[in-house]
Amino acid sequence: MNITLRAWRQAGPSDEGGFETYQVSDVSSDMSFLEMLDVLNERLTLEGLEPIAFDSDCREGICGACGVMINGRAHGPQAATATCQLHMRSFEDGDTITVEPWRAAAFAVIRDLVVDRSAFDRIIEAGGFITVATGSAPEANLTPVPKETAETAFDAAACIGCGACVAACPNSAAQLFTAAKASHLSLLPQGGAERYVRTERMVDTMERFFGSCTNHGECEAACPKQISIDFIAMMNRDYVKAKVKNRGNA
Amino acid sequence: MSTVRLDAKTPPGPLADAWDNHRFSLKLVNPANKRHFKIIVIGTGLAGASAAATLAELGYQVDAFTFHDTPRRAHSIAAQGGINAAKNYRNDGDSVDRLFYDTIKGGDFRSREANVYRLAQLSLNIIDQATAQGVPFAREYGGLLDNRSFGGAQVARTFYSRGQTGQQLLLGAYQAMARQVGLGTVKLWVRTEFMDVVLKEGRAVGVVVRDLLTGEITSHSAHAVVLCTGGYSNVYYLSTNAMTCNATAIWRAHRRGAAFANPCFTQIHPTCIPAAEDFQSKLTLMSESLRNDGRVWVPASPDDDRPPRQIPESDRDYYLERVYPAFGNLVPRDVASRAAKRMVDAGHGVGARKNGVYLDFQDAIARLGREAVAARYDNLMEMYNRITDEDPYQDPMRIYPAPHYTMGGLWVDYNLMTTIPGLYALGEANFSDHGANRLGASALMQGLADGYFVLPYTIGDYVAEFLNESPVPTTDEAFAQTEAELRERISGLLSMNGNRTVDDFHRQLGRVVWDECGMSRSEEGLDRALTYLPDLYEEFRSDARVPGDGESLNQTLEKAARLEDFFELAMAMCVDARHREESCGGHFRVEHQTPQGEAVRDDEQFTMVSAWFWTGDPTRPLLQEEPLAFENVQLTTRSYK
Repeated sequence: MNITLRAWRQAGPSDEGGFETYQVSDVSSDMSFLEMLDVLNERLTLEGLEPIAFDSDCREGICGACGVMINGRAHGPQAATATCQLHMRSFEDGDTITVEPWRAAAFAVIRDLVVDRSAFDRIIEAGGFITVATGSAPEANLTPVPKETAETAFDAAACIGCGACVAACPNSAAQLFTAAKASHLSLLPQGGAERYVRTERMVDTMERFFGSCTNHGECEAACPKQISIDFIAMMNRDYVKAKVKNRGNA
Repeated sequence: MSTVRLDAKTPPGPLADAWDNHRFSLKLVNPANKRHFKIIVIGTGLAGASAAATLAELGYQVDAFTFHDTPRRAHSIAAQGGINAAKNYRNDGDSVDRLFYDTIKGGDFRSREANVYRLAQLSLNIIDQATAQGVPFAREYGGLLDNRSFGGAQVARTFYSRGQTGQQLLLGAYQAMARQVGLGTVKLWVRTEFMDVVLKEGRAVGVVVRDLLTGEITSHSAHAVVLCTGGYSNVYYLSTNAMTCNATAIWRAHRRGAAFANPCFTQIHPTCIPAAEDFQSKLTLMSESLRNDGRVWVPASPDDDRPPRQIPESDRDYYLERVYPAFGNLVPRDVASRAAKRMVDAGHGVGARKNGVYLDFQDAIARLGREAVAARYDNLMEMYNRITDEDPYQDPMRIYPAPHYTMGGLWVDYNLMTTIPGLYALGEANFSDHGANRLGASALMQGLADGYFVLPYTIGDYVAEFLNESPVPTTDEAFAQTEAELRERISGLLSMNGNRTVDDFHRQLGRVVWDECGMSRSEEGLDRALTYLPDLYEEFRSDARVPGDGESLNQTLEKAARLEDFFELAMAMCVDARHREESCGGHFRVEHQTPQGEAVRDDEQFTMVSAWFWTGDPTRPLLQEEPLAFENVQLTTRSYK
C-alpha cells in the first residue's frame, strides 16, 4: 500500500505546530498503524530529519499509553480498538491519513503527538481508591460479591486511561474516565464505605481540569474498551446524593 | 576492584517458621522516626507501586520515579492469566507446602528454598489485600472467588480477572500509591528516568535521573534506593515486553558493584503469536490459561499443507499429550516451548512461514459450547483476531514461543538487598524466587509479595542504623561526579551521527541473542556471539544516528542509552550461559540433553547461583557462587510425564 500521511508536528509545548505531509510507500496491510509510523520514523532519521514523537508501550491495547486522532477520530476508524491495535488493513491503498494529538485544554501538547494526561492522576489521587492499608485486609472470601456485580465492576475497571473519551468529547469532559474509575470501586461491597466521599472528591477534582458533560455520548463511541455511559449516570446520582446528604466532608 | 562476599542471610531453623523468626529478629523503627527516613523507589509497576504505597503507609517519606507519563502504564499491566495463591478454596489438596514445592520444582531446583517458601506463605495475604482494594477477581455464582489451573500445577490455585489480571492488580497497587500521593507522603515523578545510582563509601545514597521532557539531569538523595524496574527480555528486540521495557536501572547498578545473578535464565513463553514480517515491533502473548482448554498439535506429516480443519484426527500429532501424558497441555513453559521448537525444527511448523504450532479450541467448544469458551477467553480470541485477521473460534490459533520473562536479575539476599548496601531490588528486577524457570501466574505473586509484604519489613533493619542522620546532600561530590559522567555519556550518544538507526542495531543485537542465547544454546554458538557482540557494539557507537538534542523530548536518545546497556547485558548473558555447563529450566545447552531431547542438569557442579561482578569488561565479569542447599525437597529430575 502507498499512504499519504499528514502528521501534526510541534517542537514543544509553547511552539506553534502544523501539519507536515509524508509519502509512505510499501506499507504492508499486516502492519499496525504504529509500525507504519516506526518505519516512517526510521526513514526520517536516515534522511537527517527528526522522527515523529508519539507515546506507545505495550502495543496490546492494555497500557493506555498510545492514542492519537486519526482522520478526526480518537484511535481511528475501528470501533473498540486502541491505536496500537489498529492495522493498516483498515485503510485503502492511496489513502490520505491525517494524524494529530488529542485536543483538549487539559491535555497540553508536549511534542508532536505526545500530550500531558497527568490530570487523570490528580482525579485518582483525590479519591479513586479504597482505603485499605497493607496488612489490614480481611480474608478474601469473607465478603461474597454477586457474580453480576463483580462483572459490572470489571466492565468499568477495564478503563485504560488513554484519554480518548476526553479527546472525542466536544466539551473535553472527563466524565467517562472518572465515572469508570468511581463506579468500579463503588459497585463493590469493599468500596461501599467511601462511596459518596469518593465520588464527591473525584468529581470536584475532575471539574478543576475538564469541561462539562452535555450528554453527547461521543466518549462511549470512542472508548477502546467500550465503557458504557451508564456509569456516568451512576456517578451523577452518587454525586447528587453526596451533596444532598451533606455528609459532613464538604 | 573488590568483590563483596555473598551472604544470603537465609534464616536458620525450620522453613515454615523462617520468615516469622526473621521478622522478629529485624530491627524496628518507631512510627515517629520513620518520617525522618527517605526512600527512593524506581519504577512503579506491581513491585514499585506496592512498595511505595506500603512504605508511605508505614510513615516513610517516599520519592517514586517512573519514566512513563503515569504509573498506570507499567508493563505489569499486560499480565493476562492470573496470580497464584495457596488458598485451597477448591479443596483439591493445595497448601503452602505444595505451592512451595511446585515453584521449586518448576524452577528446576535453582532457587532458594527459604525465599520460595516465604513467597508461598505470602500468596495468601496478597489475595486478601487485592480483594479488599477492589480488584474484581472472577467469582462463582455464590459470590466467592473462582480459580483456574495453570502450567506446572495439578491443583487450581490461580485467581484471575478475565484475561486482564495484571491490569487489575496494577490498578489496585497504583490506587493505593495514589492515595499516598494525595496525602503527600509519596512524591511522584513521572516521565523521569533513572540513569544511575550514586554511591558514597560503598553505600547507595541516591540516584541521578533525567527529565525526559526537558533533558534536565538532577540528583536525589535518600537513606535507601529500591529498584523495581522489571526484566530485560527486550534484549531480544522482539519479545512480549512493552516497547520501553529496559535493563538500564539494573545494569547501571551492576556497573556500580551490584552482583547480577543468573543472567542467562530467560523464559521463552510457549504461547505467542508467531512473527509475521520484518517490520514487527513486538510479539503478542496469548495467555497460558488458554492451555487449560486449548489442545496443542501439529500435522503428523511435515509435508501436510492442508488447512487445519481438513486434517483429520488421525493425521494430527497432539505432541504434548503424547509425550507428557500426566500434565499434557499444561506442562511448564520451558518444556512446552522446547517441544514446540522441536516440532517446528523438524518441519512440522504451520502457517505461511511454517513458524508455529496449532492451539485448537474445537474440542472445548464442542464440550462446553462457544459461549462458555468465550466467557473465559473472549478478549484473547479478539486480540488474536485483530492481529492475524483469523478467527480462532473457527480455525486453531497459530502460536510459537517468544521471550517473555527474565528469571535472572540483580542478586539479592533474603532481605531483598543487593550486594550494594542500601540498594534493593524487587519483582522481576531481582533473581530470587523462580530459579531457572518461572511458573505461570507467579510473577504477579512475586512482585506484590516483595512490595507489599517483604521490603516494608526488611528495609527498617537497614535504615535503623542511620537514625538522626540526614541523607547525604546532593551537593556532595559523589553526586556531581555521577552527573558529570552521565552528561558526558549523553553528549557522546548525541554526537555519533552515523548511518544506521538505533532500532536497526537493536534488531541485529536481538537476532544474535535469539540465535545463540535463546531457546537453545551451545558452546560454539555462545563463543561466536561473544566474539561478534563486542564488534557490533563498537559499530553501534560509531555508526548509529541519534537525531535531535538533549534538551527536549528525544525518544531516539532514550532508546540509544537503553540499547548500550542491552549490549553489555547480552554479553553477560552469553558468558553466564557458556559457564553453566548443564541444561536446567529455560537454560538449554544442546551438549546436555537426553537422547529424547530433555534437559540434563548437573547438580554436582551447578546447584548454585552464578553471581557476576562487573570488571569493566562486559565479556569478562567475575564470578562468585552462592551454593544452594535443598534440605526440604529432594532434588529430582523434573518429570511431567
